[in-house]
Amino acid sequence: MPAGATYEPIATTSPNGVNSYSFTSISGSYTDLRLVIQAVTSTGGSGVTVQFNSDTGTNYSQTDLHGNGTTAASNRTSSDDRWYLSGVTAEGVTSTPALFIVDIMSYSGSTNKTGLITASQDKNGSGKVSRRVALWRNTSAITSITVFTTGTVTGTTATLYGIKAA
Amino acid sequence: MIGALVAGITGSGGASLSSYESIATATGTGSSGTITFSSIPSTFKHLQIRGMVTPSIASYLNLTINGVGGTSYSTHALVGNGANPVQATGVTSGSVTYLLGFFSTLSTTQPNVFITDILDYTSTTKNKTLRTFSGYDANGSGEIVVGSSLFLSTNAVSSISIGLDSGNFTTAARFALYGIKEA
Repeated sequence: MPAGATYEPIATTSPNGVNSYSFTSISGSYTDLRLVIQAVTSTGGSGVTVQFNSDTGTNYSQTDLHGNGTTAASNRTSSDDRWYLSGVTAEGVTSTPALFIVDIMSYSGSTNKTGLITASQDKNGSGKVSRRVALWRNTSAITSITVFTTGTVTGTTATLYGIKAA
Repeated sequence: MIGALVAGITGSGGASLSSYESIATATGTGSSGTITFSSIPSTFKHLQIRGMVTPSIASYLNLTINGVGGTSYSTHALVGNGANPVQATGVTSGSVTYLLGFFSTLSTTQPNVFITDILDYTSTTKNKTLRTFSGYDANGSGEIVVGSSLFLSTNAVSSISIGLDSGNFTTAARFALYGIKEA
């Protein structure tokens, strides 16, 4: 039954002064991936997005559920060119840290790829909490993830974990 | 675009997080709409189930514990489908608890995924509370669920079944059960 430790950090990066960073050469030896980002930017209102395997086609879509302290709503995108971590209706990332967790299920399987995204962004009087499900219509194994911000990254940390199954 | 490259990533990199262990896995057979994790060891504090589901026909995803039905489950969920207002839904005294399929049935064309945590599953003095994050997106339609479930039983959890109300899991379906230890 138990197969030992199965939740392993693959790589961590602390980019600075850039507006994109990548995890590359991701092996297929896990079942799921989890990307954890504490995002901070030096310019207000920055969006955070991801693409897989350098695919810039309109193969991405997502459905979200979010609240901003006043109202709750659900939005979607379809035939887009990326997943939005900071929201379908974007809550910009600023110098206040935002937390994003992206679970990518069966990332090396032969089906299209579905992920679950958690976004936590409180700014003491404003902010947004979001949950979303996202689809990448591609049956290839995910071997690289590129994270983009529309502002310059300053103080961000990002860790990619692999989760194995028995 | 300036990029910071994190290169040379391999599957063996980094230290392991030894408190999170794989217990068992299951895959769809194409001929059954239920999978069961049985003889779950009591050596952990919490359980987590991660799954990717592809049903053969439009259906709903449910979960039962210890083979118990009756009126032992209640469910509350926040549900969005990307278009309508957010729905808050609840079911009391159910024979199952639902993980996905509140606004609509599961997608038969795109992966439906879920992560469910069962807290303090070995307790023999408390009912069991579950939390679920689940959804599917089908490029123009979808459903996202943040759910909480109650299993009205003080028995330790020793088996978990995940099922479809109708139809079968295709062979692409994957389920994994993990145990989370405490210090």
